[in-house]
Amino acid sequence: MAARDLHGIGAPWGDRSPGDPENRAFEVIGKPHRKVDGLAKATGRAQYTDDLVLPGMLHAKTLRSPHAHARIVAIDTTRAQALPGVHAVITGRDLPIQYGVIPWTQDENALAVDKVRFVGDAVAAVAAVDEDTANAALKLIRVEYEPLHAFLDPEESLARSEPRIHDDSKTGNVSKHVRLDFGDVETALASADVVLEGDYVFHGTTHAAIEPHCALAQWSAEGLLTVWSSTQITHYVQRALAKVLELPIHKIRVIQPALGGAFGGKSDPFSLEFCVAKLAMLTGRPVKMLYTREEVFYCHRGRHPMQLHYRTGASKDGKIAAVDAKILIDGGAYSSFGLVTTYYAGQLLTGPYHFPNYRFDSTRVFTNKPPCGPKRGHGSVQPRFAFEVQLDELAERIALDPIELRRRNFQGDFTRTVNGQRITSNGFLACLDEVERASGWRARRGKLGFGRGLGVAGSMSISGTNYPVYPNKMPQAGIQLAAERSGRVTVFTGGNDIGQGSNSVVAYVVAEELGMDVADVRVVAADTDLVPVDLGAYSSRVTFMVGNATIDAARKLRASIVLAIAKEWQVDAARVRMANGRVFDTESTERSITTAEAFQIAEAHCDTLGSTGSYNTPTLGGDYRGGTIGASPAYSFTAHVVEASVDVETGRITCHAVWIAHDCGRALNPMLVAGQMEGSAYMGIAEALLEEHGVNRFGLHAGPSLLDYRIPTSVDTPELAALIVESLDPEGPYGAKEAGEGPLHPSLPALSNAIFDAVGVRLRELPFTPAKVLRALAEKDARSAPVARGRA
Amino acid sequence: MLRLPNFEVRTPERLDEAVALLAELGEGARVIAGGTDLVPNMKHELFTPRVLVSLARLPELRGIGDAGPGWLRIGAMTSLADVAADARVEQHAPALAQAAGLVAGPQLRTMGTLGGNVLLDTRCQWYNQTYFWREALGFCLKKDGTLCHVVEGGSKCVAAASNDTAPALMTVRAELVFAGPDGRRVTPIDDLWIADGIANKKCGRDEILVEVRLPHSGSGHRGAYGKLRDRGSIDFPLLGVAVKLELNTEDAVADADVVLTALQARPVRIKRASELLRGVRIGTEAFLAAARGVAEQAHKQAHPMPNIPGDADWRRAMVPVYVRRTLEAAATRAGPVHAV
Ligand SMILES: Cc1cc2nc3c(=O)[nH]c(=O)nc-3n(C[C@H](O)[C@H](O)[C@H](O)COP(=O)(O)OP(=O)(O)OC[C@H]3O[C@@H](n4cnc5c(N)ncnc54)[C@H](O)[C@@H]3O)c2cc1C
Ligand code: SF4
Repeated sequence: MAARDLHGIGAPWGDRSPGDPENRAFEVIGKPHRKVDGLAKATGRAQYTDDLVLPGMLHAKTLRSPHAHARIVAIDTTRAQALPGVHAVITGRDLPIQYGVIPWTQDENALAVDKVRFVGDAVAAVAAVDEDTANAALKLIRVEYEPLHAFLDPEESLARSEPRIHDDSKTGNVSKHVRLDFGDVETALASADVVLEGDYVFHGTTHAAIEPHCALAQWSAEGLLTVWSSTQITHYVQRALAKVLELPIHKIRVIQPALGGAFGGKSDPFSLEFCVAKLAMLTGRPVKMLYTREEVFYCHRGRHPMQLHYRTGASKDGKIAAVDAKILIDGGAYSSFGLVTTYYAGQLLTGPYHFPNYRFDSTRVFTNKPPCGPKRGHGSVQPRFAFEVQLDELAERIALDPIELRRRNFQGDFTRTVNGQRITSNGFLACLDEVERASGWRARRGKLGFGRGLGVAGSMSISGTNYPVYPNKMPQAGIQLAAERSGRVTVFTGGNDIGQGSNSVVAYVVAEELGMDVADVRVVAADTDLVPVDLGAYSSRVTFMVGNATIDAARKLRASIVLAIAKEWQVDAARVRMANGRVFDTESTERSITTAEAFQIAEAHCDTLGSTGSYNTPTLGGDYRGGTIGASPAYSFTAHVVEASVDVETGRITCHAVWIAHDCGRALNPMLVAGQMEGSAYMGIAEALLEEHGVNRFGLHAGPSLLDYRIPTSVDTPELAALIVESLDPEGPYGAKEAGEGPLHPSLPALSNAIFDAVGVRLRELPFTPAKVLRALAEKDARSAPVARGRA
Repeated sequence: MLRLPNFEVRTPERLDEAVALLAELGEGARVIAGGTDLVPNMKHELFTPRVLVSLARLPELRGIGDAGPGWLRIGAMTSLADVAADARVEQHAPALAQAAGLVAGPQLRTMGTLGGNVLLDTRCQWYNQTYFWREALGFCLKKDGTLCHVVEGGSKCVAAASNDTAPALMTVRAELVFAGPDGRRVTPIDDLWIADGIANKKCGRDEILVEVRLPHSGSGHRGAYGKLRDRGSIDFPLLGVAVKLELNTEDAVADADVVLTALQARPVRIKRASELLRGVRIGTEAFLAAARGVAEQAHKQAHPMPNIPGDADWRRAMVPVYVRRTLEAAATRAGPVHAV
């Protein structure tokens, strides 16, 4: 089965072991090539969904709930409908079928049916000749609400099941509960030399992608529906549209135009996609809806607030004996990916350290707030923060260097975690070495003077998982190649390029395999009418899975071309090579033709040239319920050292530098990998210091704008040093693993640990606002005798 | 994107024409300078003028130059970027140059004007929000509602004066020249303010700010601005501190002034600043002690409320720190005081 072939870590035409001089060097892979869409984006020519305009297009707007929790008693749309310029008004009654990205927890409606569950929940939508008319119509819709008690505190949702946020819930206001036990935690803790116990808090943040959500729909005379959407999951949007609109799936075409960032915030089907589709079907005209920045904050699906309690037992030389976690997760109003989040919160902690015994108990509850979902490092950033701070506390307790402590607990490569996950290559030790060296750790840690310090943290992350969201046995990623007699190859991929560069990666792979110039490879992506299925851009799966599928397809195409040329030249196929835009005979240098000529010969021999390829994960995961959630074909590993200082008078933290060492298997394009590493660390530090997504005492979003939601500007950004570590994974494309999410995780705990080194206070509650820092300093002063120190 | 309400723009070419236009159009008209405050506020439906009278083509409102002996004039339409970069402003009012240079971010300082900054609307986390958001809240006293949410059940608007240049202008005793239906009037900037968050300025809707005048300063003049905010750019002040020191030939303080903003509806002058600092030589322990004294006084006087975002207790705790640091920065010409 081609889909399961491992392609090896070497360059094509030379699959010897690494370092073998017989290996041909890579020509494209490993080089800092420009992104295929780089120029278009840099020159403003890339077309985003909102750039698309169709003849006769209408504009749609959404009416939203002003209540955090209320029953809808009545909706009167007659006045809105009567407004000149209004073409259609829809409410929940028009789209009654529920959807949700996870098939087992479909609890969303495009427009609220009977109930609203947070301030900003969608209630009705209007299509009109222009946005102003649509907005005016919204003001004419009368909705009668009966307010209900609003749950703003997850503890309350845990304690009280009435009123129920979801009426049909069998578990009160609990969205999901998972408890998994591996080994014997209690016994191990009882006999451990040291036990650390503590509470940690993650506050909640959102993605703040620069492009707001936008969708455009067209309904053809033949009954075909086309939806262009700023989504990172075309395939799931297509399925969800089919379900909700009750259309055959093959009559729906979903296209993702250029995308202005996503970070997980566009990996659910969203209300606007259903609304524009329905409105287009009702009016027979194309309909577009562009969310305002405020609406993007209501869509949310950002990182879950979590209250985390950890107990870690260890021997006095620092070997971890057991870890016990209890986590309360504030899910907001809907399930979204919450089932997965609840598992990930526990399942993804079991590396890069060896845990002999482990238990986690995580509970996600519903609250009347914008729904949480996946954000870069889904479900695992919060537990990683808590645990890596606790590890630092352990190092302090046993007076061991924190990097050394992490080395001592290294789980090794080609092993299995306590929860049954298969670990392949593991470059974590090299990551530790790199950050230790680059930061000058040994010479500088603890020696920068009061107020300035260094902190370390590590992490592990997934390169996709073998959990396909809806169970099926088909490949997770498919690719089609068409080679044309002009010498051009077109790649058809379902992969969603959300800025991470996945379209570029498929172009690099094809160019590498066929010995072509990257510029001669075109990529057609994320258009369900044209491309084979890929599941979408989430869980860092695209480069890994689509990359493998592309190698698969390219090698098949290459084989047929080589065979045709060998026949033409009447030589052994082993003598035919493709490189530098030419095809040549390795034993007779004068026999050399261009790629285009080769394609023509091959086309004459074999018919129209093309191939398909695919990738599916091996069977992975622990043999227990939920054991496949978080089971990845390969894990990435990261270590950070952060340098920070504290102004003890203002409490303000300055993060000066982050050294990011990340084991990405192989850097297919080191420039893109470094970009992902820097972007991840930037985002992590932002979440630790500035960003906060919450609601006020009325349940209203605390500040749904980019002025009040403080993402760091360029002057707030620390120096970021990307140190790429390549462990060459046997499962990944040319040995590659993920690089887009893993390098975020250690930023937050490494910063907390740096603050401890700087001023001796433990920050266990995010974000690290200056007020919290001052309080922690005051508590420390109150505990110890006043230390003499030079106040600024 | 949020939509702007519909409006018409008029661009008079003469000041008297502009004044007449405002008088004629009455309530439905509003002056627009750089638009960096007004346009977002219009998107939030805080203002819905039918007509905007643009000042862009009025030559009298442009440029920095002399305004008779001993005075510098800055046209109201001068961009904040130009104010921040001007050598004469830097010489006569360093605190103003620093404050102007810390407003918002570079793009906004290019569009935003000094006049617009002086006349900036007060700000509040319950007010500077979209119409949808404010409606969901049930509005507030300042606009469309009856309650204040800063103090639960409050009945007085305490939205914060948030213009960075105002306290700096107050420390240098600037004067404002307005043109209105009754001709010109000159008013010390100190007299502009009212302690009312709904409308914190004594300035008629039909008046146009023509220019800001500053007295020339001598060689003993020192000034600095301190600005507290979360990020190194873009954000409005969470606290602004303007300081002036006049030194005599012995480098001792002859006169001093400290004005704070972003606390309540109007900028606040710290009492006894001059008295506490007078006679003390800069660079001495005595100066540091006196600066601490002023800082303590400021702490007593300043009571930030949860009107703008951020922890009000922390903002209060920062008052003495920023007052002291800004005084020191003025003395050593090390301003502005600005984290990041
Ligand atoms: C993201 C963001 C961040 C900001 N940060 C800051 C900050 O840190 N500090 C700060 O002080 N401000 C800040 N601002 C506000 C604003 O940019 C500045 O205050 C700017 O100086 C306003 O000037 P303007 O010319 O754009 O005023 P406009 O918006 O054109 O006008 C503001 C008000 O003054 C009136 N007006 C303007 N000029 C005259 C005149 N000559 N005569 C009579 N009336 C007049 C207008 O009618 C309007 O009511 C920020 C704004 C934004 C959008
Ligand atoms: S202080 Fe704020 S909430 Fe209170 S009335 Fe003024 S603007 Fe409204």
